[in-house]
Amino acid sequence: MANTYAHPEVLVDTEWVSQHRTDPHIRIVEVDVDTQAYKEAHIPGAVGWNWQTQLSDQVRRDLVSKQDLEKLLGNSGIDNTTTILLYGDNNNWFAAWAFWQLKIYGHNDVRIINGGRKKWIKEGREVTAEIPNVPKKTYKATDPDHSLRAYMKDVSNISDDTFSLVDVRSADEYSGKLLSPPGLQETCQRGGHVPGAFNIPWGKNVVEDGTFKSFDDLRTLYEPLGITSNKNVVAYCRIGERSSLTWFVLKYLLGYANVKNYDGSWTEWGNLVNAPVVQGEKP
Amino acid sequence: MNVDHPSAYQERRESVPPFQMHITSYKLHEIYYCWVDDVDPGAVIARSKGDTRQDAEEKAVKKAKERLDYSRTRYEQTSKKSDA
Repeated sequence: MANTYAHPEVLVDTEWVSQHRTDPHIRIVEVDVDTQAYKEAHIPGAVGWNWQTQLSDQVRRDLVSKQDLEKLLGNSGIDNTTTILLYGDNNNWFAAWAFWQLKIYGHNDVRIINGGRKKWIKEGREVTAEIPNVPKKTYKATDPDHSLRAYMKDVSNISDDTFSLVDVRSADEYSGKLLSPPGLQETCQRGGHVPGAFNIPWGKNVVEDGTFKSFDDLRTLYEPLGITSNKNVVAYCRIGERSSLTWFVLKYLLGYANVKNYDGSWTEWGNLVNAPVVQGEKP
Repeated sequence: MNVDHPSAYQERRESVPPFQMHITSYKLHEIYYCWVDDVDPGAVIARSKGDTRQDAEEKAVKKAKERLDYSRTRYEQTSKKSDA
């Protein structure tokens, strides 16, 4: 019999959402890579968050502040007891980014709609372009949990085999042939990867319909490279969003205890003066 | 609330060497929507809509190719450098 996810409660499927989407204790939130997608169509009742303006500090390069997150959640009709269902385009790429931040600020019940926007639309389920009028609530966030976030100094100090570093970008970004994903603006001075990092592109976590691979298939993806549950694992990408999906997989689906997302990622490391960089296919 | 069911969902890939485009389209309220992503990582690089699928796709694909063109040039430069 196949093993099940370590925390299956963090995933819901589209059929379950269809049946429960009007539950007053639930708030559905769409967070997309493509910030125009929500306006086009979304699950009826879902609110939309813009990752660029609402899930990032607008002055410093940082996560949304505690105060701004409290305001965002309150205005979205969310209090501390609300079950938040996150979904988005591109296999829940930025839904995972929102999930990571909500966990940093201590929200208890947050889940991801498996398959996200793509699966919902492909299945022909109900959508609307109308923005819901939700009643405002009061939200109180906890102080940030820094155990979920890696900083540059943490990555710089990785020097022994109790740590594993996972670069989740594409093979060409990892090798240094591409400074940014095709069609996107370049935001680093040098191409390559952090010495010792293994390349497991984030998209390998999902199957064709956008749902996550099985527990066993995910384990087969990570364990042969020594990325195991007894290690301190740090995931990174270009700005920390793709790696938040890998962080989610390792922490909640595979159940690794010590996983951090390095959101400084390559746009920080690849711009540092005198930082060690490896180019090519080897760690 | 005005709700509808999307239909005619289609996905396909098209090669724009050395990259690939992933083209997705569907119909909603008699309008065809299309977006193009860059496959890996899958970021949306162009979107459009039109009265027909062909119209929506042509406009989105044109925009996407323009954006990929710059990346192709840079890719060729960095590949030459790393192969040298």
